[in-house]
Amino acid sequence: MFDVADTTAAKVTQMFAAIIMFVAVVGVILFVAGLAKGRRSDRVVAYAYLAPTLLMVLVGLIYPGLRTIYQSFFDAAGDAFIGLGNYQTIFSETDQLTVLRNTFFWVLVTPFVATAVGLLYAVLIDRARLESFAKALIFLPMAISFVGASIIWRFMYEYRPNQGNVKQIGLVNQILVWLGGEPQQWLVNSPLNTFLLIIVMIWIQAGFAMTVLSAAIKAIPDDIVEAARLDGVTAFGMFRFVTLPSIRPSVVVVLSTIAIATLKVFDIVRTMTGGQFNTSVVANEFYSQSFRSDNQGLGAALAVLLFVMVIPIVVYNIRTLRASEAR
Amino acid sequence: MSATSTPVTTTPPVTPPPVAAAARARKKLTRPWASLAALILAVLWTLPTFGLLVSSFRPQRDIRTSGWWTAFTDPQFTLDNYRQVLGTEQGSGLGAYFVNSFIITIPAVIIPVTLAALAAYAFAWIKFPGRDILFVAVFALQIVPIQVTLIPLLTLYVDADLKGFWPIWLSHSAFGLPLAVFLLHNFMKEVPAGLLEAARIDGAGHVAIFFRVLLPLLTPALAAFGIFQFLWVWNDLLVALTFAGGGTEVAPITRALADLSGTRGTAWHLLSAGAFVAIIVPVIVFLAAQRYFVRGLLAGSVKG
Repeated sequence: MFDVADTTAAKVTQMFAAIIMFVAVVGVILFVAGLAKGRRSDRVVAYAYLAPTLLMVLVGLIYPGLRTIYQSFFDAAGDAFIGLGNYQTIFSETDQLTVLRNTFFWVLVTPFVATAVGLLYAVLIDRARLESFAKALIFLPMAISFVGASIIWRFMYEYRPNQGNVKQIGLVNQILVWLGGEPQQWLVNSPLNTFLLIIVMIWIQAGFAMTVLSAAIKAIPDDIVEAARLDGVTAFGMFRFVTLPSIRPSVVVVLSTIAIATLKVFDIVRTMTGGQFNTSVVANEFYSQSFRSDNQGLGAALAVLLFVMVIPIVVYNIRTLRASEAR
Repeated sequence: MSATSTPVTTTPPVTPPPVAAAARARKKLTRPWASLAALILAVLWTLPTFGLLVSSFRPQRDIRTSGWWTAFTDPQFTLDNYRQVLGTEQGSGLGAYFVNSFIITIPAVIIPVTLAALAAYAFAWIKFPGRDILFVAVFALQIVPIQVTLIPLLTLYVDADLKGFWPIWLSHSAFGLPLAVFLLHNFMKEVPAGLLEAARIDGAGHVAIFFRVLLPLLTPALAAFGIFQFLWVWNDLLVALTFAGGGTEVAPITRALADLSGTRGTAWHLLSAGAFVAIIVPVIVFLAAQRYFVRGLLAGSVKG
């Protein structure tokens, strides 16, 4: 039951055993909750229903989170207290500063470009023929894993030396050659390579932006659009003075959601360059330091930094939403 | 906007009736240049995937020596790449990892959905001391990056001697719970209170109300979160790297694919076929349940 299964049959058996065990636990909770009688029975039911969730987030999120914060003040082996030493390293070592610079590029570029593309596309295909098909095309990358997307794009950027009758197999270099240029090792040249990795994230996130913003555009009351139209507003004026103000709260949500997702992504960097050629970001550096370099302290500090960077985005998001609700 | 489109947009309105104006507004957006721009974006977004898909059916030698676009002038297709990447002899044996992905994903979806439904019910429809603060706490945990939790969790699992799929099932369940509780709570709040009141007057307890009244109404919400969690778990790499080990016992296909990309980065016949073996399941789930997915997306982000 708790052993490591090695045949497919054993794995499937173990999975069903786990599910049955889980169902039994839930059954016991429901049964116990059903027994509660009297004035305070509501309370008993509530706590019984909440118990598994609270236990899981306590053990799975809160305790480990606090533990990591604590660990971030210790050295590589986790033994000696070094105060803010790890944070000092992050903000002073050359390699770490490159990591910070790249993370800054990622968080700055990805949300704005992905949202702009998603918004443009949503406006272009709004009420067009084949709208749902057109949406699915942009939307589909969201279903693909970061690893899969990275392989798709690494193939786009693939480089073959420019000699004899060697042909390019990557589309980007082939287009360059067709235009009369020299093929490039795209993923090697810093800092351009970071932006080429960012394109992968934009490619994935534009569909999310498009979906949410398209729904927001459709929610704009028809009479506002008609009134503006009667006033003779141009297409651009319509977008600038009617569409954009109406969907502003959604735009903020989309921007911040993508920014947060971007901060946490490490799969793209790991799969495409492995963090080489000056492409590492905080999330990837966390993984390398924690699991490859065995520097527990620095890894913990990087994870905490990731957490700290998420907070202002969330706060901004909540404040904008509050303001728009108050209006 | 090109110069040719400007005259159209600046034509002064001839004070048409409102209905015509609305119809015209609709028409404007389907003008040729808008369609063209949309088409260019759609092609840009589809081409990368399409290129690798075509490549995955081309013979190994062809992939190495010519671009996938030449397959249209000289079409030669084969299933060898898929055979090789899935098979165990002299291949990469992705088949076992593919099975693992299912074994990991199914409980990692069922567990958080069920637990979150119970918790969301308590938060939405039972009054008890500390309700608001607990709800905000669970809600706020959504922002915790899972990176923060990994090392201490790994230590916990080792100390508890939990092996195999257990650490992955439990981790994914815990990580998914805050969003699940939040989404299901939002949906549950929309159920009219009168419906629950009527059931209560009929003598139904919490368990009966939960199963007979709420659960049928909640199916779309459960589906919405279920799809989120399915895609998230199936596509995850970080949790798998931390808790799964590299062997065929536990590791999912994303991990096997990432390893293949690391060790045989130029073996495009394997990588292309492998990528599509990994991609096909979430894409099918996604297309089949797109409606629920969009609903969940909007409930989760538009309301905030």
